[in-house]
Amino acid sequence: MLQYTIRRLLGMIPMLLLISFVVFTLAKMMPGDPFGGEIDPTRTDPKYIEEMREKLGYNDPIYVQYWRWITKFLQGDFGISTTHKMPASEIIMERIPNTLLLAVTSLVITYVFAFFMGMYAGRKPYTISDHVIAGYNYIALAVPSFVAAIVAIYFFSFKLNLFPYSGSVAIGLQPGTWEYYVSRLHHVALPALVLGLMSTASYTQFLRNDIIENSRKDYVRTARAKGVKESKIYNKHILRNSMIPLVTFLGFDLVTLVSGAVITETIFTYPGLGQLFLQSVATRDYAVVMSITMLLSIFTLLGNLIADLLYGIVDPRIRLE
Amino acid sequence: MSERDVSALLEVKDLETSFLINGKYYNAVDGVSLRVNRKQIVGIVGESGCGKSVMSLSIMNLLPKNISRIRRGEIVFEGKRIDHLGEEELNRIRGKEMAMIFQEPMTSLNPVFTIGSQIAEVFFTHTNLSKKEARQRSIELLRSVGIARPESVVNEYPHQLSGGMRQRVMIAMAIACRPKLLIADEPTTALDVTVQAQILELLKDIQATNEMAVMLITHDLGVVAEMCDEVIVMYAGKIVERADVHSLFYHPKHPYTKLLMESIPRMDREVETLSSIRGIVPSLAQMPRSGCRFAERCPKAMPECKIVTPKLTEHSPGHEVACLLYEESVPVHEVMK
Ligand SMILES: Nc1ncnc2c1ncn2[C@@H]1O[C@H](COP(=O)(O)OP(=O)(O)OP(=O)(O)O)[C@@H](O)[C@H]1O
Ligand SMILES: [Mg+2]
Repeated sequence: MLQYTIRRLLGMIPMLLLISFVVFTLAKMMPGDPFGGEIDPTRTDPKYIEEMREKLGYNDPIYVQYWRWITKFLQGDFGISTTHKMPASEIIMERIPNTLLLAVTSLVITYVFAFFMGMYAGRKPYTISDHVIAGYNYIALAVPSFVAAIVAIYFFSFKLNLFPYSGSVAIGLQPGTWEYYVSRLHHVALPALVLGLMSTASYTQFLRNDIIENSRKDYVRTARAKGVKESKIYNKHILRNSMIPLVTFLGFDLVTLVSGAVITETIFTYPGLGQLFLQSVATRDYAVVMSITMLLSIFTLLGNLIADLLYGIVDPRIRLE
Repeated sequence: MSERDVSALLEVKDLETSFLINGKYYNAVDGVSLRVNRKQIVGIVGESGCGKSVMSLSIMNLLPKNISRIRRGEIVFEGKRIDHLGEEELNRIRGKEMAMIFQEPMTSLNPVFTIGSQIAEVFFTHTNLSKKEARQRSIELLRSVGIARPESVVNEYPHQLSGGMRQRVMIAMAIACRPKLLIADEPTTALDVTVQAQILELLKDIQATNEMAVMLITHDLGVVAEMCDEVIVMYAGKIVERADVHSLFYHPKHPYTKLLMESIPRMDREVETLSSIRGIVPSLAQMPRSGCRFAERCPKAMPECKIVTPKLTEHSPGHEVACLLYEESVPVHEVMK
């Protein structure tokens, strides 16, 4: 398995090179150079602009520029954000913990609910409880997450005043103190609940169907013939099989959540990567946009690897070689 | 033989098991009565779709509850009715007093657990053995069913074993608690011919050493001749003939039995299908309401065969048949007419 992991990691290098090519080319092809927003061309001496372009390397051949960018990127120098006037790496690093916290919390919510509801509905299909759960699932699938987010903010933040509606932590708290962490959890709770409770629907339905399908399998009949209790048949024999597809989703989920929570993050003005990405695109902050794209690509490949590794762990029939 | 030896271990009385098809219940097993004595090997033969599996699954109460039900009859095991037992009481019998092995060794084991843990589960369910003891016993069991290097096989997963080995594992699991009755539903159908013979040999050995009764379900009268004390021939959910092995083979009565005999695969051929009987077993919904169910395909069918339902009655001592060719089988009210 270690060998497999190493080989997969090495296999990512050409992939990432290709991606970096594409990212760089796309950024170069964007209308207006990153310079455009910084100075007012009508009031600046064109000679000065030309001097600056030369100094910043915009006149170098494209491959020289690419090489400069990629070597610096690999050393952790992501360039300077034109909007924030700070190293892009610093801005991104500030956001990553927020995004990870949101992703992990909502993932936990997704899976906990999916397991309980899916197990229950799968064991008692076509009962009232199953229909209630299915009803919830259809609603959650049909309602767009931004609507759910707005409704949640309206009720739980404005009306009931239970949760803050923006930010990731209350202002003025010292990092490292107990209050600071509580406040962070308090801030992440509502967006995480919205994300988690919305995405749990498809998992619940998936698990339910998989449990029903597995409960008709021959090995279940064998377990019954052995005299194994019904609850153990479901909680051990069937669940262990139905877990396999769910666990393998986990790797992909992390990726989607990190990159895909854009809308929720924006509505909650939660300072995560998705929100930063959207802002940076709007302000043509190329250093940040390119870095985030690269990081997400790396993350996607890692997520795929994690999914495959998990698959090998939970399913003995899969040999990773 | 002592009195106890011949007393019935399992009695099925007038069993009717039906399936829900398009909103209606149809009997897959239709009024079957039989008896398995202690230490006896009873063979159940019949073509595909005759209700052999449904009958045996009814005994173990393993049929899917939502689409099937036992409509009538009793199942008595060791003098106690078990057809109405609750889950908990039933689970004290299943796997301990009576066990079952199935037609499909490839899918009957749980793919995600090791062989060892699946065998040990029987011990954890029915005994107080510790983990270590259960593992030790599992290894011994695997050895006793003829698995080489059992110490490593306990740690392997089902997909690492061949079909024959998986069926041996199933047998090991079934006999773990030394049940009094083993139901073997076509244990060799899915296996190679050479492996078939080995598995049957193994079953016979185990039956002798464990002194258990076996209900052996098969397509193959050749297997019956070699293994069984008594034979029950089923057709379309009903018993058409029952006899001890000797009289069935030397004096078969029912035309269906005779046709089955003719299609016994020879040693030199690998014929599994009973191709010599024309037609097929009718599906549940197309079962004739009255008359003999085999009449449609019977070479000796008489006009009344499609009207009068024959009754399973003793023709000679210990030999029962349900066919209008034998006057004992004609129902009483028909005779009086
Ligand atoms: N789950 C089910 N739903 C509906 N009908 C069923 C079901 N299982 C069995 N049957 C029907 O019951 C009848 C008897 O089937 P059964 O499986 O007992 O035959 P069998 O004698 O065991 O045949 P085989 O030799 O192929 O195993 C068949 O007509 C079959 O179609
Ligand atoms: Mg069958």
